Amino acid sequence: MFSYYVSLAILSLRRNVVLTVLMIAAIGVGIGASMTMLTVFRAMAADPIPNKSRQLFAVQIDNWGPRSSSSGGSADNLAEQISYTDAIALMNAHAARRQTAMYATGAALTPSNPDLRPFKVHARAAYADFFPMFSVPFQFGGPWTAADDEERAGVVVISRALNDRVFAGANSVGKTLNLEGRDFRVVGVMARWDPVPKFYDLNNDKYGKAEEVLIPFTRAIESQMPSWGNNNCHDAIGAPGWEGHLHSECVWTQFWAELPAATDVEQYRAFLNNYAAEQQRTGRFHWPPHTRIRDVREWLQYQHVVANEVRILVLVSFSFLLVCLLNAMGLMLAKVTGRAGDIAVRRALGANQAAIFGQCLIEAGVVGLAGGLLGLALTALGLLGLRSLLSESVTRLTHFSLADVAIAITLAVIAATLAGLYPTWRAAQVQPAWQLKNQ
Amino acid sequence: MEIRPILSAMRRNKVGAALIGLQMAITLAILCNGLFIIEQRVAYSKRPTGVDELNVFVIPNQWIGNPPDLAARLQTDLAALRRLPGVVDAFATNSVVLSNGGSSEGIKLKPEQKESSASTAVYFADEHALNSLGLNLVAGRNFNSADITDKNGYNDQAPPAAVIVTRALADKLFPGKGALGQSIYIEPEHHNIQIIGIVDRLQVPWVESWSTKFNDNSILEPFRFVDSYVYYVVRVQPGQLAGALKAAEKKLFEVNRSRVLEDSKSLTESRAEAYRDDRGLAVILGVVCAALVAVTAFGVVGLTSYWVAQRRRQIGIRRALGATRYAIVRYFQTENLLIATGGATLGVALALSLNLWMVTTFEMQRLHASYAVVGAFFVMLLGQAAVLWPAVRAAFAPPALATRAS
Repeated sequence: MFSYYVSLAILSLRRNVVLTVLMIAAIGVGIGASMTMLTVFRAMAADPIPNKSRQLFAVQIDNWGPRSSSSGGSADNLAEQISYTDAIALMNAHAARRQTAMYATGAALTPSNPDLRPFKVHARAAYADFFPMFSVPFQFGGPWTAADDEERAGVVVISRALNDRVFAGANSVGKTLNLEGRDFRVVGVMARWDPVPKFYDLNNDKYGKAEEVLIPFTRAIESQMPSWGNNNCHDAIGAPGWEGHLHSECVWTQFWAELPAATDVEQYRAFLNNYAAEQQRTGRFHWPPHTRIRDVREWLQYQHVVANEVRILVLVSFSFLLVCLLNAMGLMLAKVTGRAGDIAVRRALGANQAAIFGQCLIEAGVVGLAGGLLGLALTALGLLGLRSLLSESVTRLTHFSLADVAIAITLAVIAATLAGLYPTWRAAQVQPAWQLKNQ
Repeated sequence: MEIRPILSAMRRNKVGAALIGLQMAITLAILCNGLFIIEQRVAYSKRPTGVDELNVFVIPNQWIGNPPDLAARLQTDLAALRRLPGVVDAFATNSVVLSNGGSSEGIKLKPEQKESSASTAVYFADEHALNSLGLNLVAGRNFNSADITDKNGYNDQAPPAAVIVTRALADKLFPGKGALGQSIYIEPEHHNIQIIGIVDRLQVPWVESWSTKFNDNSILEPFRFVDSYVYYVVRVQPGQLAGALKAAEKKLFEVNRSRVLEDSKSLTESRAEAYRDDRGLAVILGVVCAALVAVTAFGVVGLTSYWVAQRRRQIGIRRALGATRYAIVRYFQTENLLIATGGATLGVALALSLNLWMVTTFEMQRLHASYAVVGAFFVMLLGQAAVLWPAVRAAFAPPALATRAS
């Protein structure tokens, strides 16, 4: 019966090509626009590390004390980063299963080939736990060790892209990399790893690329590698020089803890509170403990990772889809009324209301399917358009996944069927006797 | 005009009329808000920096390692740049407009003050800075060589000898009074510093929503920025930019090869990059709005054509009874106007509530009522234009044929 209805639907659609094309175009354009925006939205709101997003926690400690909101900062009066002093204290306490302090930095890289000019690389100073915590995959070698952290070893882990550029993609483990005139030993080459959004450090570019070089935090500090990220000093006065900067109350490091179980989370909360209380006792903080941990999803939400512009565009594009559907509905209604004679004959020949209803609904579904396919093509076109219009980091959000394809088709069929509901109901209401007599 | 027969005809076609009215309402709501956002984004992306953008380029210079003779290298580089043909002037600094990276500080009028009086961007400048940027000094004097000291990296906390501020910052700090000669305190060092000059305008380096609150608050501090990462800002004679940029990079490599020069570009390019997403958003919204108008127009054409076809016999009878062609066209136009008026009324309400929602959730600005009014007129006009073709076709159907055929 189903295949018979489908062939009937196609027959009926071919009878009035102009109306059919208009309906399919309306649905296709609507789906194209809304799916383009939805794809970007989904990429922005994506969970960058689904296996562990409930186990990884960003740590915040209030080291500035109560301020009025006019002095800047977030609504909860906590800075997004912590001070070097707190980062080191938390690392030394080792209260989580794994933990890492980190900051964004960078360096001039001098290739061993003297014909190549030195170039700039973005780097991240972190602890050895960074790699297992964030499930970083490796192409060659592996992470450095906790002992390397301890010894401030001159080791690096590099990205696959940098390995391709400097070592022509060969296994470079054990080779040296010259950063700022100093030699570092490569211990690992990452496989492609590029979480979007860049959840572990959302300070400068929320959808930016992962760093090309990772270097032990302790080593970076010893080498006085400056922060290339956000340094916020609020009202903090430090002593001059690098040591003064380190021991100031400026916030410029991120801190993440891995807490696998609910009990770990509770214990860590208590630990942080105790730490802050201790700082109050020793006179560093003049206010009661104010600390917070947030898992990856909470953190992304807190940091407003989905841009307002994209929310607006999603809203606009779905309103556009609604207009397209109202349009298609009007056209279907016109079509059904035009076919009242056909329907009356079928009814007179014994088809019941349900059969007519089913047949028309399938017709709407076929239109939806065709519209969905057109919509997919338009979505691809729309995403290409976005790539040419928007900045590079936003472009990273324009990749169409299989899930997006499924969503587009499903959305189109459901939407068209919904739009077809009323015209279909009207079709089923056709009175065969009255209609036939009128002809 | 005979509105009653139109209304009673519409009553038999409630859903069709409602569909068109609803489409028009949503189109109006999106159109108003979309155009409003476009207008704001375009205005936002055209905000002036105060710098002679057409003739200025920026070279980020990164020394390798931390060479001990940075100060000498800086002087050599700047001297070489200033000697290049076509170059008006050059200086080195920590940050430039449209770069989205820089330092900000709070300014206080008294050292014991709890909250700062204003936020400001901080640029390091020597006596060549005003000329290199093409800034317009409106009061006081430029820095002289006696004011200028070395700033050895960001962690050097020696206070500036004096500052030049923008007019916007001067007005914010000392409203109604002359700011020239006044003293201010710059966080976090809290030294008492005198304002010696005021420039007309200099935008902060960020073009993000959080910095719009203090968009034109900038101070220039008299420092030679001795750091392994600095920006060389070079102003050229009109029309010489592309050539001078290439020559400058070449010259710097001749002076010393062990450096990284990446992302050198003119401020015109920086502006395009900085506002790319704003312009992109405007274009996307423009395309969606155009598509929306097209779809709605086609919807009106489609449904009206269908009604025309449905009423061929009635039209024929009316024509046979003496109605002119014009009367038939007017019938469909009045019908559409009635629907459009309903749609536009609903649309204006929808547009205003959509805007209200965006104001509360996205901190957008309030929609100017004129947008809604103009939008309503536009949607009505759109309906009239779209209905014209099917109406004229109806009017030109010969009455005899129309009544005979079923």
